[in-house]
Amino acid sequence: MSSIPVKKDAGEIGKANKRKYILEKVSGRVFLFCALLSVVSLLLIIGFVFYKGSHPFIAEGYSFIDFLLGSDWVPSEDKFGILPMIVASIYATIGALIIGVPIGLFTAIFLAEIAPRSVAKIISPAVQLLAGIPSVLYGVFGLAIIVPFLQNNLGLIKGQSLIAVIIVLAIMMLPTVVTVAETAIRAVPKAYREGSLALGVSPIGTIFKVVVPAAKSGIMTAIVLGMGRAIGETMAVILVAGNSLVIPTSLTDSIRPLTTNIALEMGYAFGTHQEMLFATGIVLFSFILILNFVLARISSKGGN
Amino acid sequence: MNTTVIDRKTATDKSANTTEQQTKIAVKDLNLFYGEKQALFDVSIDIKEKEVTALIGPSGCGKSTFLRTLNRMNDLIDGVKINGKMVIDGEDIYQSNDVIKLRTKVGMVFQKPNLFPMSIYDNVAYGPRMQGIKNKAELNKIVEESLRGAAIWDEVKDRLKSSALGLSGGQQQRVCIARAIAMKPEVILMDEPTSALDPISTLKVEELIASMKKEYTIVIVTHNMQQAARVSDKTAFFLNGEIIEFDETNKIFSMPSDQRTEDYVTGRFG
Ligand SMILES: Nc1ncnc2c1ncn2[C@@H]1O[C@H](COP(=O)(O)OP(=O)(O)OP(=O)(O)O)[C@@H](O)[C@H]1O
Ligand SMILES: [Mg+2]
Repeated sequence: MSSIPVKKDAGEIGKANKRKYILEKVSGRVFLFCALLSVVSLLLIIGFVFYKGSHPFIAEGYSFIDFLLGSDWVPSEDKFGILPMIVASIYATIGALIIGVPIGLFTAIFLAEIAPRSVAKIISPAVQLLAGIPSVLYGVFGLAIIVPFLQNNLGLIKGQSLIAVIIVLAIMMLPTVVTVAETAIRAVPKAYREGSLALGVSPIGTIFKVVVPAAKSGIMTAIVLGMGRAIGETMAVILVAGNSLVIPTSLTDSIRPLTTNIALEMGYAFGTHQEMLFATGIVLFSFILILNFVLARISSKGGN
Repeated sequence: MNTTVIDRKTATDKSANTTEQQTKIAVKDLNLFYGEKQALFDVSIDIKEKEVTALIGPSGCGKSTFLRTLNRMNDLIDGVKINGKMVIDGEDIYQSNDVIKLRTKVGMVFQKPNLFPMSIYDNVAYGPRMQGIKNKAELNKIVEESLRGAAIWDEVKDRLKSSALGLSGGQQQRVCIARAIAMKPEVILMDEPTSALDPISTLKVEELIASMKKEYTIVIVTHNMQQAARVSDKTAFFLNGEIIEFDETNKIFSMPSDQRTEDYVTGRFG
């Protein structure tokens, strides 16, 4: 007797559910499409850069080794060696890390561990805002303030130099380093801190011996992300690098990193010259890829 | 006159536990506020040297709060105000500003084992190292003695270099005790040290506590009446931030003088 109304109910629910299922399916497809869009863009960009960039080495008989290790870049004479730019990119990035990482870490430690909440509430958003400033403005700032400063104080003829690039990149990586490291430090369980303090260890000792080591993988991530930012930065660097095509031997040398080489010449390059700029892009991309690989290794280690 | 003194001394030696020990910690009219909210009301208690003192009472009555005043761990919380007297070995700990010295003397074991993500060895050696001990042989000795003192040496001696977080909860808690012992404290505070452990580990920790009181003054918070009865010499019953009754453990559990204590220990309450 009671089974009839039950059946009827089930039928109605089925109808209502059918619409839900369709909606479910459609929205699933929409999500999938959006997700695929970024993968497709990635593949297109990589494919295009690699297709154009590998052409001189495959079809025109240029040597890739000479390209990497050659120190002369004179497109009009058919000389394409990017060693000075590779070295410049590496020096600039390492230099920026040497300045930016300690400052970033100390800021993160200060914000997460030491600063009273009211102070952290002012500094934290300020640091995050730093990330939102368009990179060309960093370049303008560098050109207007740092370059003349170096020129006047180091007695340089030209203030645009490796050291100027390093300073600008160090400032630019701060928000990344600070934000990621601060999050990692805040995530360290309170119990570790209490355990250390209860042993009569000072707060600073606790921070350096327990809290920071426990946040190690997050801090490494912060450093690698900061590094990615530095190596890929173009706009700000163009304005302060000086763009000379020499292997830098001192901090005051004018430099041309990989990124700026592409940006400076792509506008008028054609033929082999243009393809060689794409090849420069491949090298740059390989650096970023290696960094991402390192990053993946770090976070998988942090997981267990 | 001479003979009486000797007599008294032998009496002390024979029944060390029943005779009154020296007062280690004297607390007088201690009040504690979390901001506007008062959590401890005129707490007064004398904790004797080399005894186990248990703190019992319903949840939220202020046991942990009180325990943490003994090594000034409440200082870490914003807006805590404390007044009253808290004297350890004749020195008012809230008058002195040497919190580091205090915490070296008064060690603490937490409710959940909180070993650092390092090796077992490094965990136990952490405190001594931070005090500046670098000598390998000396550190080895401290680590072994502490782990033996915490009755965990035999279980971990072959894996000292492996991560402490790979141990069972009960083992971790005993390594936590070893880590506290390594600082050669005089007082050890324990906040529900067995509440996260299985019965067998609990038993081991209880045996350990009983053996430790030869050397240390122990204050332990527990929700487990049997545990308080098994391990402690004195018991204080807390209710709503006050000490309702403080006496010999036997007396608290067999013939408490306050009706509320009786209700609590017989389970008619909280
Ligand atoms: N950090 C804090 N800020 C504000 N109030 C707190 C804080 N810690 C504890 N309290 C309050 O103080 C009172 C006593 O808490 P306490 O943790 O000492 O209780 P307890 O007896 O240890 O309880 P339990 O048995 O549940 O551990 C409670 O009312 C609690 O809400
Ligand atoms: Mg508690």
